Amino acid sequence: MNPFLTRAPVDLSSLIAAVSAPERGGVATFLGLVRNHQNGVPVVRLEYSAYEPMAEAEAARIVAEAEGRWPARVTLSHRLGELAIGDIAVAVVAASGHRAPAFEACRYVIEELKRRVPVWKKEFYADGSVTWVDPTRLGLTAPPETVPAT
Amino acid sequence: MNTVSESEHQNLAVRVLLFATYAELAGRALVELSVPSPATVQDVLRRLRASLPGAERLPDQPLAAVNRAHARLSTPVRDGDEIAFLPPLAGG
Repeated sequence: MNPFLTRAPVDLSSLIAAVSAPERGGVATFLGLVRNHQNGVPVVRLEYSAYEPMAEAEAARIVAEAEGRWPARVTLSHRLGELAIGDIAVAVVAASGHRAPAFEACRYVIEELKRRVPVWKKEFYADGSVTWVDPTRLGLTAPPETVPAT
Repeated sequence: MNTVSESEHQNLAVRVLLFATYAELAGRALVELSVPSPATVQDVLRRLRASLPGAERLPDQPLAAVNRAHARLSTPVRDGDEIAFLPPLAGG
């Protein structure tokens, strides 16, 4: 599998090419773009960082799980470093012979990515302040209830 | 060949990685620690708090990883393991 993490702009067309095929014409895509606000406060830029070897390993596990559960090929890419408003932070592409498995595999991968992959986001606000984003404090997601068994 | 009593006195050498807010709180991103065997991730955290100024500000029950996979605080650790304490994940 190609590396999951990138410091270059996410190349969506190459992700699509990596998983689609004549027999997998149903392609579902999720893009996470950098927003210009967090809880109503204007964001000017952000920085993503990761525990890179574990992020790669966990992403590979998630793809293998999705490809085992659905008849789909899946790829994903997460950008690290400094990102501007509107940049693609994450992309998930799933291709299948039918649209239902493509949508389901795509959804599974982005949900698992957010729950399990060790990536962190530092936001820089218009007033000069900086915060490491904690999704558990924003009421957006529940903390992981269980940890995958090792 | 070690006798049982010799192996009970072994120390485990582990590498601890900190990220994001935890690295900022502790002032370090990488710490080499030695803990008496047997040990769990929780024991490594205790040793980290006791030996690294600033590390006492880490939460009591952080997310943890051993050798690049999610682990519980009760997971046993072995000599040479890479342990990481992970602030709340914010990917995607």
